[in-house]
Formats: sequence, structure tokens, C-alpha cells
Amino acid sequence: MKVSLFVTCLVDNLYPQVGEAMVRILDRIGVEVVFPAGQTCCGQPAFNSGYTDEARASARTLVDAFEDAEYVVSPSGSCTGMIHHYYEELFANDLKRAQKAKELAAKSFEFSQFLVSVLGVTDVGASFPHRVTYHPSCHGARLLGVKDEPLTLLRNVRDIELVDLPYATDCCGFGGTFAIKMGDISTAMVTEKVDHVQETRADVVVGTDMGCLMNIGGRMSREGLRVRPMHIAELLYEGIHKGVIAQ
Amino acid sequence: MTAETRHTATNHASSDDGFAQGVLGRSRHALQDDFLRAAVRFTADRLRGKKQTATTSLGRWEEWRERGRQIRSHTVANLDYYLGQFADNVTAAGGHVYFAADAAEARAVVQSIMREKQARRVVKSKSMVSEEIGINHVLEAEGIEVVETDLGEYIVQLAKETPSHIIIPAIHKNRQQIKELFTEAGGENLTTDTKTLTAFARRTMRDKFIHADVGITGCNFGIAESGSVVLFTNEGNADMVTNLPSTHIVLMGMERLLPTFADLETMANLLPRSATGQSITTYMSVLTGCRRPTDVDGARDMHLIILDNGRSRQLGDLKMQHILNCIRCGACLNVCPVYRQIGGHAYGSVYPGPIGAVLSPVLNDGEKYSDLPYASSLCGACSEACPVKIPLHDLLVHLRQRHVDSGQTKRTERLAFKGFQFAFSKPGRLSLAMKVARFGQKPLSKNGRIESKIGPLRGWTEGRDAPTVAQSSFRERWTSLQKELHQFGNTDNKRHGDLNGDLNGDRNGELNNGSSLNQESRDRKGDGRHE
Repeated sequence: MKVSLFVTCLVDNLYPQVGEAMVRILDRIGVEVVFPAGQTCCGQPAFNSGYTDEARASARTLVDAFEDAEYVVSPSGSCTGMIHHYYEELFANDLKRAQKAKELAAKSFEFSQFLVSVLGVTDVGASFPHRVTYHPSCHGARLLGVKDEPLTLLRNVRDIELVDLPYATDCCGFGGTFAIKMGDISTAMVTEKVDHVQETRADVVVGTDMGCLMNIGGRMSREGLRVRPMHIAELLYEGIHKGVIAQ
Repeated sequence: MTAETRHTATNHASSDDGFAQGVLGRSRHALQDDFLRAAVRFTADRLRGKKQTATTSLGRWEEWRERGRQIRSHTVANLDYYLGQFADNVTAAGGHVYFAADAAEARAVVQSIMREKQARRVVKSKSMVSEEIGINHVLEAEGIEVVETDLGEYIVQLAKETPSHIIIPAIHKNRQQIKELFTEAGGENLTTDTKTLTAFARRTMRDKFIHADVGITGCNFGIAESGSVVLFTNEGNADMVTNLPSTHIVLMGMERLLPTFADLETMANLLPRSATGQSITTYMSVLTGCRRPTDVDGARDMHLIILDNGRSRQLGDLKMQHILNCIRCGACLNVCPVYRQIGGHAYGSVYPGPIGAVLSPVLNDGEKYSDLPYASSLCGACSEACPVKIPLHDLLVHLRQRHVDSGQTKRTERLAFKGFQFAFSKPGRLSLAMKVARFGQKPLSKNGRIESKIGPLRGWTEGRDAPTVAQSSFRERWTSLQKELHQFGNTDNKRHGDLNGDLNGDRNGELNNGSSLNQESRDRKGDGRHE
């Protein structure tokens, strides 16, 4: 089987190590991984701000780049959710691409969803001897319906101490451009989220979306906390292999 | 003060300030008011918890929601028919029906009834439409005494404020503040004990009920098949309002209809559970027309005012007309992480929270509320909580699209997204843009993060550190990474075969078929299972 990586603009440019961890895990499982270079971004930042034409421009790159893909896997439930939830509407006046978008949605998965629900892999053989709490990202859970898959993977990590996050399903306040446009409100939200993370006394807060983790991590860093935000792919890869991912 | 300006006239912000600042500016007060946020959180959490218990005990909640959605969508899609049927049946039962195109028309109808009845005293039960048309001030300006008889509304009225929640108008007030308001109103020295406070309110109300000329109520649902008005209340005050004064005025939004009593059964299960976590409210009063000769009580005269006020403009917009499905339960407020931080008054509109962020810009033309749809992280908690499955987060995006299309957004923002479009439409341009960013971030970054509060970054960095663009992107690393990867059938892969089975070739057929799984995940989307 061949998997095409949809790496998301955030991971590509800010957190490439997350993309690498994902690739290495998939490779380890025995899946062939390719990276279609024509992709840029799903268009969500523009789309959620109301700029549909601008969103369509980058959404086109995605639809075209993955036209021949067998499976498309991404480290973000939010970006995958964008494809599933809004692409049909986005290409309403472009029948050819609307059809392609429909096919893309049918073969696109968030990373943990792909492992658990498509490959049936629930244990990647990782060991992670730390106290960890999981923040479920809103779009992955609500837009895409990925709720149990990340936890299934985490529960099977050896030596991990998984602690429930209070008010876990409350949004961290990221919301893309919302975090900048309504900065004060967003900061109040993430501050409450970080308070709950602290209540768990966890060393690591793990998630499936770098947008949220960038927000939670940015607040924790500002507060001078020593809690590490990690993408689930990073955590699993580190747990499998203490090999160094090039920084 | 006009009815329009009362909407923002809280005890801390003048309306003019409020609108110049927008929702973010109005939020600042709440964000610094730890008490207010604690009060809102406490009540919202309690209601959330009670709702979860109530929906679990009912069972098959998703089926109830779907039924609710169907009933409301059907009614809204056929609103003209049901409005006609409803109005005919109200008239046949002895009521008078008026259609008001906007708030001013609705106010004028109320005023003319007051004049005709020579009314001096009015008692009201809770009605969001009465807030929408700002009727209290208009009547008070004519020297008419208007008394809110719902406890929460009474507190808010004494404080000269507006409700900050659809169901719990005084969600932002504490016992001490209530005691002070009541002490001032009654000239008695009260304690903060709940019983003492409610006893005071009761004593005060009793006198008002007995001497009122007119009672004004809202309408939770109008039943088209019979012309009945249905009210869900907990305090019993609405029954006093509708029975003691000789004239009863009903204010209702034009979309508040249900075809039949059978549909009411569904709503009676959805509304109280979603609003307060009750299986049923203490009172569910059904009023059909006015008092008949054989009736022992009821108003002799019933006037029903059906308000449009921007609602009908949404009909035919297949996305936006869903907003008319709303049954005003407030469940979206109770789960909203934004409402939780800023409370209701920051929205500056009659309807706060996610429903307000959609409804207010829709019902009011112009720019007054155009920033409300941006007061959301689009987390979807509201859509998940809505008992009639209104896709609120989609509607918020839809309103942002309308706002952009109307050309009202800031020039700098438009340019920024033009830049996004340019850079993100070709991978080469994106790589170039990131090279520029790497160079540009150098003076701003230290220890791999950015704290500088300059330019567009400011909204972020005021409260959070920002990450830096990586020295090499994933794209740039891919070639070397690819060389390292194990290809099929290599030894390392075989070594891990015991973990995951051998996923090569032959077994592919047994993997879950992608499309069916996606179908399933689409089916599960927006499902309101509370975790």
C-alpha cells in the first residue's frame, strides 16, 4: 500500500519534525510513503476567515497534488476535516474539481485515524515513561469524528502514565486567525486550558493538531512552565526509537 | 435612552463606547472581572452537567435531536403555510393577530393596545422578543409601570441592565449584589439568604400581579393546528401574567411555530433538557385564545404580535435559514468557550453566545454586529450541543463570507489574504515566502521563540510565545529523509512484523475500505455524544 503525505503548512514550515516522525512510523509499519510536492495548504486559514476565493487557490493545489493518491494521511484532524467538511462547497462551481475533492475526502485520513481504523494498528511498540495528558482537538473530534483513535494508540504505549485532562473537550482558543484577531479572548481561553493541564501535573500534553499545540505550548512557554507539548506522532516515534530526529 | 441603545447599556459600558470598540473591546471588562467569569463558569458548568444527566436518562438523544431538526426544518421551510394556519386558528379562538415587520411596528402595536386599555401597570414574564423590540423603555417613557416577574429578569431590571444569558438572565450576578438591589428597591434590610430574597420578590410581585392592567409574555411555541401559545416556565409567574390582568399580549418571533401537538411532545423533551437539564419544566402552559364564558380564569382579551424583524430575509438562503430552527434553549451558550470567558454583555446584542453571534448580524443590517461572527474559535461545541442540530459553526463561517463579500473588511486584512492566495497557490512561492520569513524573524526570535509584540503578531504574542519558522522545512528535508526510509521487505520491517502483521500487498484487500470508513465518519460528524 502507498500513502501520500499531506503534510499541512504548519508542520511543513514550523514543525517539520512532526512530519518526519509520522513518515518514520508509517515506514516502520511497512507502508510506502510518498510526498507529492505540488501541495501547499488546505486553505482553511483563508476559508475560516471568509475569504473563499483565496482559500480555493491553495485548495486546488491539494486536490490536484493528490489526484492519483491511494491514501492521503495528514498530521492534522483540522486540515483533514476541512477537506471532508468544506471542499464540496468550495468547489461548487468547479464540477471537475468537486468530483476530485469528493474522491480526496474519501481517501483522506488523520494520522491516528489511519493507523487505528485503516491499518488496524493500535500498538506501535512504543515505550514512553512519562506522565502524559491528552488534549482532543475540536476539529478532529467534531468535524472529522476522530475521538477514540488517538487514545487507543496512547493507551497501548508501555510505561506511559496517561492522566485525564479536566474539561478536555473545551477548545484551547486557537481557532486559526481567531487567535490573532481576538487575541485577548483567545489568551483567556488558552490560559484556562493551561490551568487544567497544570492540574494534571503532566510532563507532556499530547495532541493531534499542531495549531492547538502551538497555542497551548506558546502559553505554557510564556508562563515559564516545563510541560512539553507533543504531537502524537512525535511521542510515538520517540517511544519507539530514541533515535534523534533532525531538528 | 432608546431601545436600541439599551442593548449595551450595562453598568460598565456606555453604548457608544461599546460599538466603537466592538466585541473585543467590550470583552476587556469581562476578561478583567474574575467574579463575573467565575459566576458564568459555575452556572454554565452546572447546566452542562445537568443536561448530560437529563439526556442520558432519556436515552436515544441523537434520535430525538434528529427528530427535532426535522420538525423545525419542515416548519421553517413551510413557514408561510403554518403562519396562515396559526393566525386563522388564533383568530377563531378569539385572539387578535398582528404581523409586525420590524421592532418599531411591534412597539407601535403594543402602545396602541395600552392606550386603548388605558393601561398604567404592566407585568411581564420572560420574553427575548420583548428585549429585541426594547418595549420596556418605550412604555416607561409614557409613564407606564413595567415589572419583570421572572426572578432573573427582575434582578436585571432593577440593575438597569439587560439579560446576559437567554435562560439565566442574571447569570452574572451574585447573592450579595441581588441583596443590595432588593434592599434598595424595597427599603427593607434583607439578608443574602435565598429564602429571604425570593420571599421579598414574591411579596413584591404579588401586589404587582393583582393590580396589573396588562400582562405581556413571550411564546416558546405556537401550535399551528390549534392556534395555541405554549409557555415553558419554572416559577409560575407566567401563569399569573396570563391569568390575572384582563388583557394579555403575546410577543413571538415568526418562526416559533410547530405544526401539531405531536411535534410539541418532541420539543417538550428537547427544550427543558437542553436548557436547564430538567426532564420537564415546572409549568408547561398551553393557552388557546382568550377566556371563554365557561372558563374560570384567563385574560378576557388576547393580542398576539408576530414579529419578523429580519427573520424572513433568511428564508431562501438554504444555509442561513437553519438559524430559524433555534428554540432558544441556551445550550450553545453553556458549552461555548468564548461565552465562558466574556459573558453575555460583551456581545452587545440581545442574543449572546454562539446563537447571538449568528442571529444578531442576521437580524440587524449594517455593520453594528458584523464583528460578532469572528468572536468564535469555530470549535463546533455549539453545533454539537444544539438540540435541533443547527450547524452554528458553519453559519459563523458563512457570515464571515458574507462580510468579506460585502467589501467591509479592513484593507490590510484583504491584502494579507491576497498575499496568502499568491504564496499558497504554488509550492515554489511558498518556499520563497518561508525563506523571507526565516530571514525576517531573526531579529525577533530568541531561544527559538518569538515574544516581540509587533505588527500583526501582536494579537498572538500579547499572551503567548510564537514559534519560529524552522531552519529547513519538511519539504526541504524530504529528499534526504526518503533515502533513509526502509523500503518494503527490508529486514527492519520484517523485524517489526510481529507488531502489526505484514501489511504488504496481499493483505491490502482486507484493510478497511477507505470510502466506507469515511462514510461512517461523515455520519458521525457533528454527533452530539457528550463525552
